[in-house]
Amino acid sequence: MDLILHVWRQASPAEKGRFVRYEAKDVSEHASFLEMLDIVNERLTERAEEPIAFEHDCREGICGSCGIVINGYAHGPQHGAATCQLHMRHFSDGDEIWIEPWRAKAFPVIKDLVVDRSAFDRIMQVGGFIAARTGSAPDANAIPVPKDKADLAMDAAACIGCGACVAACPNASAMLFVSAKVCHLGLLPQGQPERRERVLRMIGQMDAEGFGSCTNHAECQAACPKEISVDFIARLNRDLFGAALTAV
Amino acid sequence: MRRVLSLYRSSVGKKILMAATGVIFFLYVFAHMFGNLKAFQGPEKFDHYAEFLREVGAPVFGHGQVLWIARVVLLVCVAVHVLAALQLWRMSAVARPVKYGRRLEPEESTYASRTMRWGSVIIFLFVVYHILHFTVGSVHPDFIPGSAYHNLVVGFQVWPMALAYVVVMFVLCLHLYHGVWSGLQTLGANHPRYNRYRRPFATVVAGVIFLGFISVPISVLIGIIA
Amino acid sequence: MDLDPRVPAGPIQDKWDKHRFELKLVNPANKRKYDIIVVGSGLAGASAAASLGELGYNVRCFCYQDSARRAHSIAAQGGINAAKNYPNDGDSIWRLFFDTVKGGDFRSREANVYRLAQLSGNIIDQCVAQGVPFAREYGGLLDNRSFGGAQVSRTFYARGQTGQQLLLGAYQALARQVGAGAVKMFPRTEMLDVVLVDGEARGIVVRDLVTGKVSSHAAHAVVLATGGYANAYFLSTNAKGCNVTATWRAHKRGAAFANPCFTQIHPTCIPPSGDYQSKLTLMSESLRNDGRIWVPKQRGDNRAANDIPEDERDYYLERLYPSFGNLTPRDIASRRAKEAVDEGRGVGPLANGVYLDFRDAISRLGRNVIEERYGNLFEMYERITGEDPYAVPMRIYPAPHYTMGGLWVDYNLMSTVPGLFVIGEANFSDHGANRLGASALMQGLADGYFILPYTVGDYLALTGPSKVDPEHSAFGGVEREVRERSERLLAVNGNRTVDTFHRELGNLMWERCGMSRDRKGLEQALGRIPALRDEFWQDVRVPGKGEDFNQSLEKAGRLADFLEFAELMCQDALDREESCGGHFREEYQTPEGEAQRDDERFAYVAAWEFKGVGCPPTLHKEPLTFEYVPLSQRSYK
Repeated sequence: MDLILHVWRQASPAEKGRFVRYEAKDVSEHASFLEMLDIVNERLTERAEEPIAFEHDCREGICGSCGIVINGYAHGPQHGAATCQLHMRHFSDGDEIWIEPWRAKAFPVIKDLVVDRSAFDRIMQVGGFIAARTGSAPDANAIPVPKDKADLAMDAAACIGCGACVAACPNASAMLFVSAKVCHLGLLPQGQPERRERVLRMIGQMDAEGFGSCTNHAECQAACPKEISVDFIARLNRDLFGAALTAV
Repeated sequence: MRRVLSLYRSSVGKKILMAATGVIFFLYVFAHMFGNLKAFQGPEKFDHYAEFLREVGAPVFGHGQVLWIARVVLLVCVAVHVLAALQLWRMSAVARPVKYGRRLEPEESTYASRTMRWGSVIIFLFVVYHILHFTVGSVHPDFIPGSAYHNLVVGFQVWPMALAYVVVMFVLCLHLYHGVWSGLQTLGANHPRYNRYRRPFATVVAGVIFLGFISVPISVLIGIIA
Repeated sequence: MDLDPRVPAGPIQDKWDKHRFELKLVNPANKRKYDIIVVGSGLAGASAAASLGELGYNVRCFCYQDSARRAHSIAAQGGINAAKNYPNDGDSIWRLFFDTVKGGDFRSREANVYRLAQLSGNIIDQCVAQGVPFAREYGGLLDNRSFGGAQVSRTFYARGQTGQQLLLGAYQALARQVGAGAVKMFPRTEMLDVVLVDGEARGIVVRDLVTGKVSSHAAHAVVLATGGYANAYFLSTNAKGCNVTATWRAHKRGAAFANPCFTQIHPTCIPPSGDYQSKLTLMSESLRNDGRIWVPKQRGDNRAANDIPEDERDYYLERLYPSFGNLTPRDIASRRAKEAVDEGRGVGPLANGVYLDFRDAISRLGRNVIEERYGNLFEMYERITGEDPYAVPMRIYPAPHYTMGGLWVDYNLMSTVPGLFVIGEANFSDHGANRLGASALMQGLADGYFILPYTVGDYLALTGPSKVDPEHSAFGGVEREVRERSERLLAVNGNRTVDTFHRELGNLMWERCGMSRDRKGLEQALGRIPALRDEFWQDVRVPGKGEDFNQSLEKAGRLADFLEFAELMCQDALDREESCGGHFREEYQTPEGEAQRDDERFAYVAAWEFKGVGCPPTLHKEPLTFEYVPLSQRSYK
C-alpha cells in the first residue's frame, strides 16, 4: 500500500518542531507500524537525509519504549496494544497518517518522536517500591495473599510505563500510571507499612513534575496498551484521602 | 486543619474538595427540584412551602436564619468549588504547552466530561440570573414578594424564558452526569462488584433531576400549572 | 591466561557457605569510599545495583534505554524456577541442580550450578517481599506449574509476564536506592569501552545518547550485566537494542569469551512475513502442550492447511519421538522444524514455517478450554499475523532467543580481568550448552541479589579504597579511541545503510552458525565475515552527527562489534567438533540424527583470548569434571 505520512520533526528540545510530509510507497500490510517507519528511514538514509528518530526496543509490547500518537490516538487506533504491536493492515492504501510524539510539559521532546519520560522514574523513586532489603525476606509463603487481591494487584502491575495515559489525557495527567503502582503495592499485605507515605509522596512528585489534573475522562484507559482500568484511580483517591487525614 | 491544607495543596486533594462540595450541590439541587414539584399541588401548598423555607428550624432559629445559613454554606462551597476548578484548569492548561497537530480522538470521554468547564460558566451565570429572577425579582416582569406561586407562573409564561430554563437545565444535568460519576471516582467509591453501576447511577440521577426541573416550566407553558 | 575457576574445595553442598565465610569483608564505614559501576539494568544489573547500594557502596548504574525498567529481561514470559518443593512433588536443590547440569548437556560448571539451585528459593522470598504479584492459589499461597518438560512443578509465574514483574521488582528496589542517593542512574548512556589501569578494570567510557558526549567514569570495580548477543543473527526475539558491545569491548581488553557458539534457538516463534521484518516474536512454549506440530507430506504443497487431509500430514515430532511427541526439548523441536522447511515442506506464504495445530485440542477440550489456556497468546498471534488460530493452524518457526555463551567468569563471577565482574546472560557460567526454560530469570537474580554483592566485597577489600583517578592517562587514551571510532563511522559516508549490513550478517550467521552447523558452512562464514566487515567500513552510510541524538550511529557502533564478534562465534563452533545442547554439528550425530557429544575431547569450557581484529584468537580450556551428576546421553525417543 502507499501512504502519506505527516511526521513531527524536531531537531532538539530547544528548536521548534513541524510536520514534514513523506510518501511511504509499497508498504506490506503485514509490516508493523514501526517496520513501516524503518522502511521510510532506510529510504531517507539512502537519500542522505536524517532518519526519523523514534523510540522502540522490544517490539513486542512489553518494554514500554515505543509510543507515538497516530491520527490522534496514542499508540494508534487499535485497543490494548502498544505502537509496536500495530500492523499496517489497520490502514488502507492512500491513507494519510499523522504521526506525533507524546505531548506533555512533563515529557519534553528530545528529538522528533522521542520524548523524555524520566518524570515517571522520579515518581517511582520517591515511593514506588516496597522497601525489602536484599536478604531480609521471610519465606515466600509466610504471607498468604488472597487470590482476588493478588490478581487485582497483577492487573495494576501490568503497567509498562509507556506514558500513553498521559499522551491521551486531555489534561496530560499521569493519574493512571501513578494509580497503577500505588494500587499494585497497596493491595498486597507486603505493601501496607508504607502505604500512606507512598501515596502522599508519589502524588506530590507527580504534581511537582507538571502533569495535569485528572478530570475522569477515562481516555487513559482507552489508550492503555495493557488496558489498565480507571477504577485504580478511584482506589488511589481513596488511599490519598485516608492517608492525608491519618498520616502522622 | 494542617492536614486539610496539605491535602488541598495536591491535585487530588483539590479534586476531593470539588467532589465533596459537589455532593452538597447535588443534595441542594435535588431538594430544590423536589420542592419545585410542589407547584403541581397548587398555589396554597407551594406558597406554604416557600414560607416554610423561611420558618424552618423554629423555634430554635428565627425567621430566615436557617435559610441564610444554607445560603452561606452554599456560597462557601461555590467559592471552594470554583477556586479548585480554576486552579486545576490552570494546572492542566500548562501541562501541555504544545498542542497536538491533529486533535486527540475522543474514545471514552463523553460530551458531558468535555463540556464540564464551559458548562459550569453557563450554570454560574444562570444561577446569578435565577436569583435576580425569582429571589430578588429585579428582572422579573411582575414580582410580588411572598407570592412564590404567582412569581413562578408569571415568570414561566414568558415562553422564551421557560425555554431558556429548559436548555440550562440540560446543561446542568450534563454537568451533573459527569459530576456524579466523577465524584464517585474521586471520592474513591470503588468496589469491583459495584463499579459497573456507577455510570448508570449517574445517568439516572441526572435524568431524574432534569425531568423534575423541566416539568414545571413546561407545565406552565402548556397550562397544567396556571 | 589464568583460567582458575577458584571453586572452593569440599563437598558441593558446603562450597558456597564455606566460601562466603572465607570472602573478605569491607568495613561498613568504608563502603561509601568504594565506587562500583554497574552496566545494564536488567534482572542482573538492577538487582546488583540495588543490593550494592543497600550495602552502602557508591554505585553508578548505566543503561542505554530511557529508563532502567525497559531492559529486555522484561520480555521473559514463562516463569522462574526455584527448588521450593511447595507442591510436595519431590523437588529439591539436588534435583534442580541435577536437571540444570543435564539440561545444559554437561557443559557447565557443577559448583556454579549447585549454588544457583541453592539460591533459587531465596530469590522467590526476596521477590515476594518486594511485592512481585506471583500467581496464587485460592488459599493465598503461591502457585507453581511445570515448565519446559520438567517433571516437577517448580516454576513460579506472574501470568505470562513473569520477566516483567521480576524486573519491575528489581527496578523498584533500584529506584529506591536512586531516591536514597546510594545509586546514581545514567539512562540513555551506552558503555563503549572498559578502562584498565595496571591490568585491573578501573572504569568505563560511555556515550551520552542524547548529547553524544563521550566521557569517562572511574570506579574500584566494574560489573557488566549487559545481556546476550542473539542479535548477531539480526532477526531474534531480543530487543532491537540488545548488543554485544560491552562484553566484546571487554573481551578486546583482555576478558576471555567463553563458549560463544552456545546459542539457544526457541522453537515457537512467529515466522518472518517479509524482508522488512525487524524482529521475531516468541510465543510461549506452553502452546506445545496442546498444539500438534505438522507439515504436509508433499513438498511444495500449497493448499490451505484445512484442505490437506489427515493422511497427507506429517506430524513429524510425534512420528520421531513417540514418547515425548510435541514436547521434545527446544533444540530438537527447533532442528526438526528446520529440517522440514529445508526439505521444501515449509508452510505459509513464504514457506518458512511449520503448523502448530489446535484443531484436535479444540474438538477434544472445546474452544472454551483452549481460550482459557491460551487466549492471550492466540490474540497476540492474530494481532501479528492477521490469522485466526482457532480457525487455521498457527505457523511457527524457531528463532534465536538466548545465548548461553558469554564472558568467562570464575566462581566469584569475575572475568579474567581483575575487577571486571560479569553477571546474568552476559557471562557463560550456569547453563552449559543449553538453558532450561525458566532458568534465565533465576540466574540473573541469583547473580545480582545473592552472589555478586558478596564477591565484589572480597575483591574490594583486597584492592583498598584509594581513590581512582578519572584523570589517569588510561582514561584519556580510551576516550580518544572511542571518539575516533565514532568519527570513522560517520566519515565513511558510503552507499549502504547499517541495517542492510546487519541483515546480511544475520542471514549468514543464521544459515551457517544457526540451528545446525557444519565445517564447510562455518569455514565459508569465516571467509565471508571479514570481507563483509571491510565492506561495512568502506561503504556504510551513517547520517547525522556524533554530538547529537543519533540512532543510526548507535546501530552502526553495535553492528561494528557484531561484525568482529561473529567471527569468534563461528570459530568456536568450528572448533567444537561435537554436538551438544544448542550447538549441533551435522558431522557429529547419531545414526538417528541426534546430537552426539564427545566428552573425551570436549568436556571443557572454550575460553577465547583476543589477539587482534582479524587475527585468530587463542583458545584456552577450562576442563569440566562431573563428580555429582554422572555423564549421560539425553534421550527423548
